[in-house]
Amino acid sequence: MEAFVFFASAAIVLTGAVGVLTSRNPVHAALFLVQTLFGVAVLFVLQDATFLAAVQVIVYAGAVVILFLFVIMLLGVDRAENLGVEPIVGQRPLAAVIGASLMGMLLTLLLVATDGPTGAPGRTAPLGDAGDNTRRLGEALFTGHVFAVELTALLLTVAVVGAVVLARTVKGPMQPLPVVVVATSTEPADADAGPDTAADEESEEAGDA
Amino acid sequence: MVVTTSWYLALGAVLFSIGAVGLLTRRNPLVMFMCVELMLNAVNLTFVSLGAELGDLGGQLSVFFVLVVAAAEVVVGLGIIVAIMRRRQGATADDLSVLGG
Repeated sequence: MEAFVFFASAAIVLTGAVGVLTSRNPVHAALFLVQTLFGVAVLFVLQDATFLAAVQVIVYAGAVVILFLFVIMLLGVDRAENLGVEPIVGQRPLAAVIGASLMGMLLTLLLVATDGPTGAPGRTAPLGDAGDNTRRLGEALFTGHVFAVELTALLLTVAVVGAVVLARTVKGPMQPLPVVVVATSTEPADADAGPDTAADEESEEAGDA
Repeated sequence: MVVTTSWYLALGAVLFSIGAVGLLTRRNPLVMFMCVELMLNAVNLTFVSLGAELGDLGGQLSVFFVLVVAAAEVVVGLGIIVAIMRRRQGATADDLSVLGG
C-alpha cells in the first residue's frame, strides 16, 4: 500500500514538474506547479509529517501559487510564449547536459555508491508519531528555536515592506528600460546623451518626490 | 515492497534536476521562479525523508524555516518583476542585462 501511494505520488510530482518545464503559457505552468506541490504534500503525509503537509497545501498551493497567478493576470503576461526561439545558441543542449549530469551524479551517489543514508539520530528532538506531530513541532519551535522564529518574523516584515516599496506607483512619467544595444563603433558616448540625461534626472526627482 | 528512504531521496534528486534545467532554459521570469519553487520542494522532501529515517524532528523544523524563507523570497521577487514589467511589457530575463551597466 505504501509503495503504491509512493509511486502514484511520485508520478504526479514528476509529471507536474515536467509540465512546469514545458508549458508555454505561464498560467498552465502555475497549475502544473500546484499538481507537484500536492504530490509533495502526499509524500509528507506518507512520512508522518502531517503538519507540514497541511502547511504545504495552505501556504504553497494556496498563497504562493495564488500570488503567482495574481501577478500573471495583473501584468497580462498570460500569452503563450514561443518556445521555438532559442536566443542563446546552445543554451538548451548545455542545460540538458548539466541537468542530466547533476541527476546522474546524485542518483549514483544515492542508489549505487552507498548503502543508503547514514547518520546518528538526534537526541534533543525525537520524532513522535503522526498524531503527536503538530504538538512536538510547536514545542520544539517555541522552546529550542524561539530566536530563529523571531528572526523569521523579522524577515517576513522586511519582505512585506520591501514588496510595498518595490510595487508602489511612482508619480510622473515612468522611464522605460533602455533597449539593449551592442556597441559596434567607438564613437564618443556622450554625443547624443544630452536630452537623455536631462530626462533621467527629471524622472529620478519625480521618483524621489 | 518496502519503500526505503533512498527512494524518497532519489525522487528529490530528480525533482531538483528538473527544476535546475527549467531555471537554466526558461526565459520568462515568472516561470523561472516556479522552477526555483520546484527545487525548494525537492530539498524539503529530502529534509523530511532524512528526518523520518533518523527519527529526528530537526528535518521538519528545517522545512518550516525553508517555507518561510521561500514565501519571503516569492514576495520580494514578484515585487521586482512587477516593477520591471511596468517599465517594459513582456520583459524576459535577457532584457535585464541592462542592469550590468
